Parts: sequence; structure tokens; C-alpha cells
Amino acid sequence: METRLIGRGILAGAVGGLLAFLFARVFAEPQIQAAIDYESGRDAAQGALDKAAGLGAAPEMPEIFSRTIQANIGIGVGMIVFGTAMGALFAVVYAISLGRVGNVRPRALALLVAGAGFLAFYLVPFLKYPANPPAIGHEETIGTRSGLYLTMVLASVVFLWLAVIAGQRLRPRFGTWNATLLAGAGFAAAIGIVMAVLPALGELSYNVKEFGHRATETPLPLKDGNGTIVFPGFDADVLASFRLYSVGAQLILWTAIGLIFAPLADRLLTAAKTPAPAEAPVTV
Amino acid sequence: MSSMSVPAAGRVPTAVPAPVVVPAARAVLLLGATAMLALAAYYFVGVDQGALSVFGSDTHIHEFVHDSRHFLGFPCH
Ligand SMILES: [Zn+2]
Repeated sequence: METRLIGRGILAGAVGGLLAFLFARVFAEPQIQAAIDYESGRDAAQGALDKAAGLGAAPEMPEIFSRTIQANIGIGVGMIVFGTAMGALFAVVYAISLGRVGNVRPRALALLVAGAGFLAFYLVPFLKYPANPPAIGHEETIGTRSGLYLTMVLASVVFLWLAVIAGQRLRPRFGTWNATLLAGAGFAAAIGIVMAVLPALGELSYNVKEFGHRATETPLPLKDGNGTIVFPGFDADVLASFRLYSVGAQLILWTAIGLIFAPLADRLLTAAKTPAPAEAPVTV
Repeated sequence: MSSMSVPAAGRVPTAVPAPVVVPAARAVLLLGATAMLALAAYYFVGVDQGALSVFGSDTHIHEFVHDSRHFLGFPCH
């Protein structure tokens, strides 16, 4: 049974990843290209300033994969591998939850677990550290930023898991409705404290030293020695669209996982409940 | 042989379909291995060759999945 559930989770995740890739190819890639163009233009402007100031040019980064490969194939592989991984994790959580979370029907449970995955693995971490297109983010802080982001993911996964367990414990006393509200409030409070304690990206020590106190690493206008703006700050519309589409892609991925897995699991589990007497059910 | 089983002992049977309970002890290996593989894939798409790198200073994976890394919400550059 577990094997079949996992197989179906992987299938649902792969399809979800494929759909998210198609969405990304149409909506995200133009924004990503705009961000990369901004980055190149800004690097050129910075190079001209440095040259005027008598500084050497920054070394050129060799290109390993062309933009065409990255924007058409690389992003597809990335989205589908991610979707498959999330589908597999989804199925593991689904299998563990079966029969342990009270009277939830197989299809409803699929949607609940998918919703939890969307929240814990993406949306809650996004609230603190939202997705950024290329050109936003300093090379020097990538280690710290990765650590902070994964801390948010880990905290939201663990807290949501604990909130579900707490909700189960509270249910006999407060009823399903109030127990759910209490557990949800507990989750919000706990993750809220973590979000308040973790630093804003602009407040990392390297960034404060280089750019002063700021909330984020989003590039400000580039100025020459006289304070004249020679290159604009990062386009706010590109950033807003990129983030909106990023949420949209994850929503597509997790909705697909839930909706594809739900009927498959329902059929599997309903068949398991009433095995046909004539032929023995085949299990893998 | 069959994994179709009645709810595990100690669990209160429910009238509404709270269907097959996957027995923890037997399934734990499979579920654990699946979760580990999934997390490894998550790591390679999202993190490797950025903050950490299991293949030294090589950046092929990073560059290949680069756009999806940004778009899935991971810190990249
Ligand atoms: Zn990048």
C-alpha cells in the first residue's frame, strides 16, 4: 500500500512540476530575462564608473549554459524534479496521516496535506524571505541567506507538524472547530516569533557595512561620484510580477498534487476497504 | 502478504471512512528512504553549489537549474 501511495504521489508531483514549468516558461521567463538584462546593464554602468575612477574591471564570469538552455530546459528539469520530490514527500506525509487524523475522507485528506505542503515548504518562508529574481542578492551573503531561508522552511514544517498534533490533542476537549483555531493560532504565534527574531536580509553585517541599514538587497539607483544617478534602481514592476508568478507556480504545483492524488488515493483505499472476494488484491 | 489490513490495534475504529492505517513499523523503512531521496532532490535543485557544494567548486547543477532555483523561492545569487 505504501509503495502504491508513493508511486501516485511521485506521479502527481511530476505532473504538477510540469504544469508549473509551463506556467513559468510563459510568465516567469520574461521577468527573469528582464532582471538579467538589468543586471548586465548595471554591471556595464558600474564598470564604466570604475574605469573612470581608475579601478580595474571585474573579471568576466564564464557562461556554462546559454540563456536558451537555462530558460527552456534547465528551468523545466528544475521544476519537475522539485515537483517530484514534493510529490514523494507529500505521499509520505499522506501515508503517515492515514487513519491518524480522525474522520477525514481520503480525497479531503489529500487536499489538506497538499495545502500544508504549500504553506510549510513555500508560502510561510516566502513571507519572511520572498523569492527574488536574478540581480537581487549579493554574492557575499549567499551562505547566510541560504541558512536563513532553510531555517524558515524547517521552522514552518516543524511548527505545522506540531500544530496538527496539538490540534488532535485539543479536539476531545474543545471540539474540532475550536481545536483547529487554537492550533492555527499557536502556529501563527510560534512562526511569528521566529520571523521577528530572524534578521532582514538588508541587515546582514556585510550589507550594513556596504550599503547601510536597509530592509532588503534590492539594488538602489547607481550614482557616480557627484551623486548623479547613472543607472536606475531595480524595476519594482518586474520584482512584483516575478514574486506574484512565483506564488502562482507553487499554487499550481501543490493544487495539482492534491487534485491528481485525491482520486487515485480514493480508488486505492476504497478498493482496499472492500476487496473483491473472487480475486485477491495484488499488492506491490 | 496483503497490506490491506484492519486498523492497527489500539486505534479507535471510526464509522466514517478513516481507511487503511499503514502500520508504522513495517512502512517506516520505505517512507524514510523516500523522504530522504526527496530531500536530496530538494537540496540539489535548491541549495547545492550555492551556499554548500558536494562537488567542490563545480557549478553545473546550479547553472542548469538556475532559473527554477530563483523562481521556486530559493536564495541564489
Ligand atoms: Zn541566480
